[in-house]
Amino acid sequence: MSLLQVTNLHASVDEKPILNGVSLTVNAGEVHAIMGPNGSGKSTLAQVIAGHPAYEVTAGSVTFDGKDLLDMEAEERAWAGVFLAFQYPVEIPGVTNAYFLRTAYNEIRKARGLDELDPIDFYDLLEEKLKVVAWGPEVMERAVNFGFSGGEKKRNEILQMAVLEPRLAVLDETDSGLDIDALRIVADGVNALKRPDSATVLVTHYQRLLDYIIPDVVHVLAGGKIVRSGDRSLALELEKRGYEWLTSGAAVPAGVS
Amino acid sequence: MGVAAHPVAPGESRGVAGSLVELAASPEFATGPDWLVALRRAGLDRFAEVGIPTSKNEEWRFTPVGPIGTVDWKAAGESEVVRPEDIAPYLFGHRDWPLLVIVDGVVDKSLSSLQLMPGGATFGSLAGAIAAGRPEVEAHLGRHASPDITPFGALNAALIADGAFLHVPADVVLTTPVQVLHVVTRGAHDAVVAPRVLAVLERGARASIIESFVTLADTRYFTNTCSESVLGANAWLEHVRVQREGSKAWHIGLSRVDQDRDSHYRSFTLNMGGKLARHDLHTRLNAPNIETLLYGLYLTKGEQLVDNHTTIFHDQPNCNSWEVYKGVLAEKSRAVFNGKVLVQPEAQKTDAKQTNRNLLLSDDAKVNTKPQLEIFADDVKCTHGATIGKLDEHQRYYMATRGIGGKTAQALLIWAFAAEVLMEVSVAPVREALEGVVRRQLDALIA
Repeated sequence: MSLLQVTNLHASVDEKPILNGVSLTVNAGEVHAIMGPNGSGKSTLAQVIAGHPAYEVTAGSVTFDGKDLLDMEAEERAWAGVFLAFQYPVEIPGVTNAYFLRTAYNEIRKARGLDELDPIDFYDLLEEKLKVVAWGPEVMERAVNFGFSGGEKKRNEILQMAVLEPRLAVLDETDSGLDIDALRIVADGVNALKRPDSATVLVTHYQRLLDYIIPDVVHVLAGGKIVRSGDRSLALELEKRGYEWLTSGAAVPAGVS
Repeated sequence: MGVAAHPVAPGESRGVAGSLVELAASPEFATGPDWLVALRRAGLDRFAEVGIPTSKNEEWRFTPVGPIGTVDWKAAGESEVVRPEDIAPYLFGHRDWPLLVIVDGVVDKSLSSLQLMPGGATFGSLAGAIAAGRPEVEAHLGRHASPDITPFGALNAALIADGAFLHVPADVVLTTPVQVLHVVTRGAHDAVVAPRVLAVLERGARASIIESFVTLADTRYFTNTCSESVLGANAWLEHVRVQREGSKAWHIGLSRVDQDRDSHYRSFTLNMGGKLARHDLHTRLNAPNIETLLYGLYLTKGEQLVDNHTTIFHDQPNCNSWEVYKGVLAEKSRAVFNGKVLVQPEAQKTDAKQTNRNLLLSDDAKVNTKPQLEIFADDVKCTHGATIGKLDEHQRYYMATRGIGGKTAQALLIWAFAAEVLMEVSVAPVREALEGVVRRQLDALIA
């Protein structure tokens, strides 16, 4: 059975249609890349999967592990194992990374009927996970994303992902704004977290990230629809030829990112 | 120089102070040393003249204290017996910290723990210091919070009987905080409790005062308090003021701080009790190179009203003031913030920053916030900012995607908002204890 099944998904924001019938099947163990020009609806698809309240689904369905994802609140999706790495991670002054992560970890465990981890046990777990992003423990006492550089914020997203161990990770433009070293750390992190029972969806504008995280399937989203799917070679072709040859027929709504 | 007396239109509030004037005119206030009798008399005359302010008085526009004038206030009667275990939940820090317990306005020696203070410092009852003829009391009492500053400051002066006295001689550093606990019992039903606090730090002295107002009886009473803090050159004082009065209590306080050169004053006020609570905090920077830091947090629910009025007098050059007040308001509660900064022509190179931020948890909660900068010097840096808002939806969504939803997310975000000022309390055991107090109160606000 597929892990994520998106069928004929239509979604709008402020009554403006952005997704116009997206269908997508992601199986456990797979890495999918969703590429496309600016305004094609990539980020919207990521946000609709994560449960952003501003996006209204007007038609279609999304199931995760056989369950209706659209019927769940954002936190219920997280409890079920969905994770979105944000393009623009949100700053939360006054809440330390350590406290935030432990609360998230324990909320998810509680929802699954498991015992909460006390601060000491959680710290042991954290020490292991920090290695994934090559960070020392001092970052845990900083407020969540507050005063972080762009690269640090993206690394922090990967750290959260490492701690929360989602079954479906959607990474929204995680590569944007990263220098090559940070990109490698992020990619290594994602690769290290791959498991046979989980899947990763990479939303990206550029091929660059796919040099480090090898996708099983590449989709091109344009005008709110998937206009082409293929294997890794599609990404390389896009790198050479751009998006024009695929999108000339698709209506791209203006002003949508 | 700035004049702090609040003008009251003639005849504006005559007659509404009746029972309070009678109370202050009772013969017991005519006893004691001449200077004290004169001070009380000046307070009584002033209060009888201005009375209880009405909403026409700009300083009291959003804070209806008129109902105080309708109660037949008495002096506190026989206090209920207070046992150590009754007050234990309200104490901070370690058992060996000096503690002064004031029950219904009068020091209770058996509950207090007043060991010998280091370096010749004095901490104890104000009545005791007056009786002992301490020269610092005569030199300072009523000289900083003089009766003409606020109407209720005048009333407090008229009612001076007991309270706390701290004196720290030059270059003496108190390494543990001193604690003043004001406790109200059922004996104070329909009574005015008017403790007075005087802290005098000589040159180079250092101290922390933790002052709390609590009640053991949820009855109607009126705490009308006044504190004066005097910092000599290069002195350092932290004043933590925790107001946890009962739900039927009126609480009005005036804190007046006078600072000499190179001194450092920091205040943290937590207001979470009372039916109506008003605190006026004035700091006068009357010499160069002074620093004053004012932090405040108010957490209100029901139909509570909390009013913070602060005034910083920048009278001399090269002084810094930094002020952050934050409020979390639930249900139909209200808050008032008025932050006045007066920069005199001589006060060049003043660096003053003021922030007031409010978080409304309900559509019925309301805040009136007003920065009031009056700047007469030209080479200064003065900024202010005020916000009134709800929880950030982006933060809520981000937390939800990490599995932190609903009330858990709400509580965490509100905590983060409040913690920013709480972390400024410099004494760690006090800060940690206050964290618990604030967390419990926030839980009550969200519930």
